[in-house]
Amino acid sequence: MKIAVCIKRTPDSESRFRIAASGAAIDDTGLKFDIDDFAGYAVEAALQINEKAGGGESVVIAIGPDSVQESLRKAMSMGVDRAVHLKADAVPADGIAIAKALAAELQSGGFDLVLFGKHSFDSSSAVVGTATAELLGVPCVTAASELSVTGGTGVARRELEGAAELVSFPLPAVVTIDEGVARPRYPSLKGIMAAKKKPLETKPAQLGAARVTVQKAQLPPERPAGRIIGEGVAAVPELVRLLQTEAKVL
Amino acid sequence: MLDFFNIDSVLSEEERAVRDSVRQFVDEQVLPIIGHAYVEGRFPKEIIPGLGELGVFGANLPEEYGCAGLNNVQYGLIMQELERGDSGVRSFASVQGALAMYPIFAFGSEVQRRTYLSRMAAGEIIGCFGLTEPDYGSNPSGMITMAREQQDGTWVLNGAKMWITNGSTAGIAVVWAKTNGDPSDASIRGFIVPAGTKGFTAKDQKGKLSLRASDTSELVFQDVHLPADSILPQSGGLKSPLMCLTQARYGISWGAIGAAMACFEEALDYSQNRVMFDRAIGGFQIQQVRLADMLTEIVKAQLVSLHLGRLKDAGTFTPQQVSLAKRNNASMATDVAREARRLLGANGILAEYASMRHMANLESVYTYEGTHDVHSLILGQAVTGLNAFK
Ligand SMILES: Cc1cc2nc3c(=O)[nH]c(=O)nc-3n(C[C@H](O)[C@H](O)[C@H](O)COP(=O)(O)OP(=O)(O)OC[C@H]3O[C@@H](n4cnc5c(N)ncnc54)[C@H](O)[C@@H]3O)c2cc1C
Repeated sequence: MKIAVCIKRTPDSESRFRIAASGAAIDDTGLKFDIDDFAGYAVEAALQINEKAGGGESVVIAIGPDSVQESLRKAMSMGVDRAVHLKADAVPADGIAIAKALAAELQSGGFDLVLFGKHSFDSSSAVVGTATAELLGVPCVTAASELSVTGGTGVARRELEGAAELVSFPLPAVVTIDEGVARPRYPSLKGIMAAKKKPLETKPAQLGAARVTVQKAQLPPERPAGRIIGEGVAAVPELVRLLQTEAKVL
Repeated sequence: MLDFFNIDSVLSEEERAVRDSVRQFVDEQVLPIIGHAYVEGRFPKEIIPGLGELGVFGANLPEEYGCAGLNNVQYGLIMQELERGDSGVRSFASVQGALAMYPIFAFGSEVQRRTYLSRMAAGEIIGCFGLTEPDYGSNPSGMITMAREQQDGTWVLNGAKMWITNGSTAGIAVVWAKTNGDPSDASIRGFIVPAGTKGFTAKDQKGKLSLRASDTSELVFQDVHLPADSILPQSGGLKSPLMCLTQARYGISWGAIGAAMACFEEALDYSQNRVMFDRAIGGFQIQQVRLADMLTEIVKAQLVSLHLGRLKDAGTFTPQQVSLAKRNNASMATDVAREARRLLGANGILAEYASMRHMANLESVYTYEGTHDVHSLILGQAVTGLNAFK
């Protein structure tokens, strides 16, 4: 099968973030970037589907400045066959603008499956996958925690609140991937060296107009210091009262 | 992870990628289990297939033998990350790659290379390196293990080796022996001895208080008959095993940095969270001096190993430079680990924290592959031209 995986490069979620001078973005300095977590699961899902089928082709696509090539090569070091870098100075905040560039690239690619992460850690919009499906005119399944393909039909499992559902859909299709599919493999050392020799094509990203922009970025408020109510059993009634009346958690 | 001098900026993308992949493996597969394995006194064999798949064994040997063909800085970064987990895990990989695979690559026949290297790279065959003997540690030229060639070209091996890492786990032992009754070290040759060969026994040494997550064994050879093709044909004299040690020592210089980094990170974190006298202990000047000293020594060691790696890749490094790096970095790491343990107070003696485990491990690292003292004498000779050994 021919599978495309669209990945985003995002900062390590455990970083200590600062707001950039513009006030509308986080400051990149000193941050470590990598393939977004859910996109990593999507890469693994693509590799496993083709491994199970004993063949096929996988292509990884990312939009952004030259630094995204490092993430594209990482995906290739995991086993993806080739990469496409859609060059843009920055990734817009408008998911539909991104989807337009991806759809323009994917349109003529003849892909059976296009995979995304279910959302990216840094913007959490969960728009790009679904919007791309719409632009391509193909079915879309979101947040798949399992994915298999037989013949021209895909089956995905989706985790719901307290339940799960299995959905089936005809190919070609877009699927956004949740964790659970399979832990992304470690890039092997041989894979890292081989990735250098795999094709990486660069072209300008045909981004749509960005109609949504970030006005202001804010860090979560500092957690206020704790308060000691008392000690031992004697303090319990007061603690319960405050949890009920002040914190309103009981 | 500690990179105070932005050393990442002088590493290539592939060098960082290799480091990061091994780092992630260690974080996810080694750190959660290593404290227990250490207390139980066992090498965690369950990680061998994963390490093989990743490709860490003999990673700087050529691709045509199933290895990753990495440069020496990449290889060093692997050792750093493994020892950030535990010196026992790094020792396992050092022995497999630099002391068992390397001699087969450097001194073996093409048939031996094809038979062993790719399976050793995959972790399917484990190797060990038998040089040290009960009575000959710092002075291996005095070894008494002897191989005698028979009329039909086969060999008979007699002797004993001690302190052999991976000894009881190994499927093959690379054993160094004098040959045909010649007591001079020029007669030393290497032999591949498969486990299970009649007369060859390996017994774990018990009661170690250091490198507990590593098998260390005594090997005994009693009239062990070996086929003619068990000898490493290109090996000759003491310089052959010493060439292996140069490879391994280079990796150890990096590994020690990893152990020190782990201790520093643990101490730093603890200093910011442990409150005593109403403030984080990291706010007291004594602990800040302690951390500043640790940081400084780690950065110096990082620069030494990185430059040594560049020299090794350029083919211009000397064994004496390797001695300097091994001596400095192993000693630095023992000091850093001890200071970290002290900063942690009582918690510092628990296996739940890493510092005391590293501190105890590093005493082995300080001693093996040429003790600190022996490297002092090598450096002394290098600068004075006077040989203290004779
Ligand atoms: C955990 C562990 C794993 C090991 N793994 C292996 C292995 O896989 N394969 C292998 O072959 N060996 C291995 N060794 C052996 C190691 O290389 C030796 O222990 C080391 O070379 C020192 O030898 P020794 O213990 O006999 O000490 P000795 O040589 O007896 O030294 C004792 C003391 O005397 C000092 N000393 C020695 N000579 C001089 C001198 N000329 N001047 C001043 N001081 C001197 C030393 O520095 C040391 O302090 C291992 C050791 C340990 C602890």
